[in-house]
Amino acid sequence: MIPVAFEYQRATSVDDAIAKLAASGGGKFIAGGHSLVPLMKLRLSEPAQLIDIARIPGLSGIRASGGRIAIGATTTHYEIAASPLLRDQCPMMAEAATEIGDPQVRNRGTIGGSIAHADPAADFPAVVLALDADIVLKGPTGARTVKASAFFRGFYDVDLGAGELITAIQFAPVKSAGYAKLRQRASHYAVVGVAAALEVSGGVIRSARVGLTGATTHAVRLTSLEAALAGKRADAVAAACAGAANDVADVNADLHASADYRKAMIPVFARRAVERALAR
Amino acid sequence: MVPIAITVNGKLRKAHVEPRTLLVHFLREHLNLTGTHVGCDTSQCGACTVLVDGRSAKSCTLFAVQADGSEVTTVEGLAPEGQLHPVQQGFWEEHGLQCGYCTPGMIMSAVNLLKDNPAPSESQIREGIAGNLCRCTGYQHIVTAIQHAARHSGKAAR
Ligand SMILES: Cc1cc2nc3c(=O)[nH]c(=O)nc-3n(C[C@H](O)[C@H](O)[C@H](O)COP(=O)(O)OP(=O)(O)OC[C@H]3O[C@@H](n4cnc5c(N)ncnc54)[C@H](O)[C@@H]3O)c2cc1C
Ligand code: FES
Ligand code: FES
Repeated sequence: MIPVAFEYQRATSVDDAIAKLAASGGGKFIAGGHSLVPLMKLRLSEPAQLIDIARIPGLSGIRASGGRIAIGATTTHYEIAASPLLRDQCPMMAEAATEIGDPQVRNRGTIGGSIAHADPAADFPAVVLALDADIVLKGPTGARTVKASAFFRGFYDVDLGAGELITAIQFAPVKSAGYAKLRQRASHYAVVGVAAALEVSGGVIRSARVGLTGATTHAVRLTSLEAALAGKRADAVAAACAGAANDVADVNADLHASADYRKAMIPVFARRAVERALAR
Repeated sequence: MVPIAITVNGKLRKAHVEPRTLLVHFLREHLNLTGTHVGCDTSQCGACTVLVDGRSAKSCTLFAVQADGSEVTTVEGLAPEGQLHPVQQGFWEEHGLQCGYCTPGMIMSAVNLLKDNPAPSESQIREGIAGNLCRCTGYQHIVTAIQHAARHSGKAAR
């Protein structure tokens, strides 16, 4: 399958990428290309220009400073999965990356591309919601930061202005955090995926943040489950998770799973994610 | 048309291509390296897997321009003419193929796996080839072929 013809330019810096896109008229950034290229081959996306950001110096990499971790936008899923820093300080992030697609997809796909594209079944959106991450953006009018909880707005709809580039994802690492997903047998996208980040002391969950993907038009926080988990010990987690799907409306249905099935799986994978978090 | 320069199997190849040329088409049609196959053309089957800068990639899901300046290894470049790479030898010894359509991609994924993990468990091998589909073998002989390769070379990966 051959996409519609387009022009291609490689950006040398973040500012260069933003300037090139602004000048392009109908252009798009390309990072790993593992959402965009398939869409272009199907001619569901027909950008007139591609601005390649994959090799912009400094835009990839995982850095810790001041108690926070910043992951550059063009960091690949493979690099996240293999990162000793993340495996140690925020294992859920590495765990979720390991579960994306297959090795070839992880070698090319990037976290910035995944967040920008916001496939309803993508894994990272749930993870960045549970980490209460900041999405760092830069565009023609300057830089800004958006909370993950405000970034995902609807079906493939995110708070990303025309010509804006995601430069990094920043968060305070959480050790007691886990990701659990029911994966599509072929693509490994999430049919239902739950990310749980807990604050635990003395065997008691003091507070919880839970992100859900795969089940609705876009990834969301499960706020009533978060409230139900607060103050609970491990033996009360199953009961708290039983109602995990209660405030989830309009559950997706497709050839992979009916809405009822997804709804039934939300509590199951919520419990697994929380138990995984507690085991850390 | 844009100029590209890609080192393919150790040899610098310069060409002018349309930006929409997929890497797999560049390899097969411009360079006549037909070892890399197109199976699904939809990023799922892995028959088109090559190494780009040492890591496995589905060359049907990459424009050749994206690989400009990179090093690409295809199944033809794994071993010198007339010799077999340990992974190829493993597929030979353990009958890791039937029709052979998936084989070049399987081999490249196995090379990627053994580079990261020279002594993988059976389940790690199965995860390592999760991006490659085989319609013939049922995977069992592919797994034993990769086990053979791991046993017979500490230097299987490159
Ligand atoms: C076979 C297969 C299986 C997959 N399985 C999974 C899975 O199990 N789970 C999962 O989560 N994903 C899965 N994916 C998707 C994969 O993770 C993609 O890599 C990811 O969704 C997009 O990242 P990318 O870097 O490839 O983005 P691209 O395809 O390059 O870009 C996607 C979109 O984001 C925009 N964009 C890219 N980077 C930026 C940026 N920094 N700032 C602003 N906009 C940007 C582009 O303009 C484009 O519109 C799968 C993909 C394939 C092909
Ligand atoms: S031909 Fe590339 S993944 Fe099937
Ligand atoms: S040997 Fe025929 S597809 Fe694998």
